[in-house]
Amino acid sequence: MTTPTKTLEALATRDYKWGFVSDIEADTLPPGLNEDVIRLISAKKAEPEFMLDWRLRAYRHWSKLERQAGEPKWANVTYPPIDYQKIVYYSAPKRQGEGPASLDEIDPKLLETFEKLGIPLGEQKRLAGVAVDAVFDSVSVATTFKEKLAELGIIFCSFSEAVQNHPDLVQKYLGSVVPYTDNFYAALNSAVFSDGSFCYIPRGVRCPMELSTYFRINAAGSGQFERTLIVAEEGSYVSYLEGCTAPMRDENQLHAAVVELVAQEGAQIKYSTVQNWYAGDAEGRGGIFNFVTKRGKCAGRGARISWTQVETGSAITWKYPSVILQADDSIGEFYSVALTANRQQADTGTKMLHIGKNTRSTIISKGISAGRGNNTYRGLVRILPRAANARNYTQCDSLLLGDRCGAHTFPYIEVGNASSIAEHEASTSKISDEQLFYCKQRGLSGDNAVSMIINGFCKEVFKNLPMEFAVEATKLLGVSLEGSIG
Amino acid sequence: MLSIRDLSVGVEGKTIVRHLNLEVRAGEVHAVMGPNGSGKSTLAQALAGHPAYAVTGGEVTYLGRDLLAMSPEDRARAGLFLAFQYPIEIPGVSNAAFLKAAINEQRAARGLDELDAMDVLERLEQKLQLVEMDKSFLSRPVNEGFSGGEKKRNEILQMAVLEPTLAILDETDSGLDIDALKIVAQGVNRLRRPDNAIILVTHYQRILQYVEPDHVHVLFDGRIVKSAGKELALELERRGYDWIRDEVGAVA
Repeated sequence: MTTPTKTLEALATRDYKWGFVSDIEADTLPPGLNEDVIRLISAKKAEPEFMLDWRLRAYRHWSKLERQAGEPKWANVTYPPIDYQKIVYYSAPKRQGEGPASLDEIDPKLLETFEKLGIPLGEQKRLAGVAVDAVFDSVSVATTFKEKLAELGIIFCSFSEAVQNHPDLVQKYLGSVVPYTDNFYAALNSAVFSDGSFCYIPRGVRCPMELSTYFRINAAGSGQFERTLIVAEEGSYVSYLEGCTAPMRDENQLHAAVVELVAQEGAQIKYSTVQNWYAGDAEGRGGIFNFVTKRGKCAGRGARISWTQVETGSAITWKYPSVILQADDSIGEFYSVALTANRQQADTGTKMLHIGKNTRSTIISKGISAGRGNNTYRGLVRILPRAANARNYTQCDSLLLGDRCGAHTFPYIEVGNASSIAEHEASTSKISDEQLFYCKQRGLSGDNAVSMIINGFCKEVFKNLPMEFAVEATKLLGVSLEGSIG
Repeated sequence: MLSIRDLSVGVEGKTIVRHLNLEVRAGEVHAVMGPNGSGKSTLAQALAGHPAYAVTGGEVTYLGRDLLAMSPEDRARAGLFLAFQYPIEIPGVSNAAFLKAAINEQRAARGLDELDAMDVLERLEQKLQLVEMDKSFLSRPVNEGFSGGEKKRNEILQMAVLEPTLAILDETDSGLDIDALKIVAQGVNRLRRPDNAIILVTHYQRILQYVEPDHVHVLFDGRIVKSAGKELALELERRGYDWIRDEVGAVA
């Protein structure tokens, strides 16, 4: 007889199919961090003066934080101290010749790697309707559909290229939503970030395809520090997707990214993430430390920013995609599914900062804990005194699979005026034996029954994902349990 | 088709069904009646393989196989269907998606090709008429927010769609108004074929006015104490269960 617990054990010990390592010759800096390393990264990228200055200021700020208090300790996660001098801050696949490579100049092994991950980059095979920027360790290796998008005035390229070709835009917006003083990891990222994606959607343009960045960590001992900046001008629209995987290793690897979004008047940015970094094994060995700062600013009236995230990977996730609702009538949304299995820990949620009048925010968070996983929702809804008639709706549901996992909720709600309304609903549930039996009585296997119930639980979030990603997310959570129970 | 011999079933260490015997042949409808607590639902759940109901003795043969050795899903795939007395809610999963998964897993087990979404939808729409539900019924989450009557009709819909060989209806008639009862009865009658069988577990004779049973059994204290034709149901309706109690008491 299959018990629910057994089925859930299978879920908790699922296979990681993306855990391979590519044998690629890399240009790698020795481990360690100091001003020279930062100068070297900046020099490798032939950056203008303002970038180096900014990096150095960020580094000095980070050093001060590190000396004084170290990394933030308020999150509901535990891990051994990180030695920042043992991390490799730059590792890039070696490239033939100078300048950005065209597709036929890219190492075939790199193309092969991305193809294996389901992200074909070649002209013939690339995904229809999705433009992809492929980031491998510290650098972007290719961006598809760039020319086609350029016809509409849309800039979609690696961050390094943006620094070269659009320094004015970079200078204007870099750090405008997440300043390097924001937090420990944002400071570290600002100092050492090596690449990432940049998109700029001009006024009134509706981006005709999904833009997407696929992040791949490959090199051992390295950290990945990328930065994404998306600017949507007045009345424009863009939907952006992000995916990520890494090899299976016994050591932890640090991923500290920063994402900044700026939406001007009437613009809409949809930002979706399917995060599937290596999560470590059943005993909690290895896996990615995913310490990420993501924030969007509704800078113009009626702007709208939606974050949708499906977090299934990483040993530790520390992440709060937030929206600053600065302009009147702007809208912020956060839809999240976070799965923690094995010994994974997630402390994730959002911040909705209501500054403008009639601003609205919606938070839907679904936490799933299995195995010995620990899942924390942490959210802040702050409605400032001048944000008259602001509204927030928060729904926070936890699903426990088995009896050794944990779910925690830390909602903070601060309402500064009398005309605003904040609602908070929360629930905790388990997959009941009765639900499983009902499904089995209709002929479903235990695996499929659990997948179906979990997908039902996550439906409100999945329906916000673009089609291709919804399928991917369903698969990841369903986690192809076939044959794992007897 | 189904042969139950000397079956005993316990729940949480307490024996509910005791040394029960029952033979069901293809083409037959059996009514299993009895007062509350007589073990009717326990029998139904045990036949479907609910893990909380422990079989402590006896054997059950279904289509020549040892039913008790089969997992609940294998029993379902072999055509055994249980209409639940209290249908379970599955939030966020549409009726259509649920049934599509059930149809295809059952088909796969029988070596048949998977049906695509369009084929499934067509089949579901045909069967909807049987339970007098409109199409919106299919996109609603399984049993979530359904009224009691809707839940029961949904069980009948599932039964009609899955076309079981042996259907066990666990008090599907209880709590229904007369219109819903007729719909349920009609659904059951449409399913009657020479090659399948139905066990109607019920407290009341009411549904038997619409579904004519071939055999009526009275369950009392976990045993079948009386079996006869459909006229027994009428007698139970007229006289209640007390005279059975007296009769059984007299024998004992």
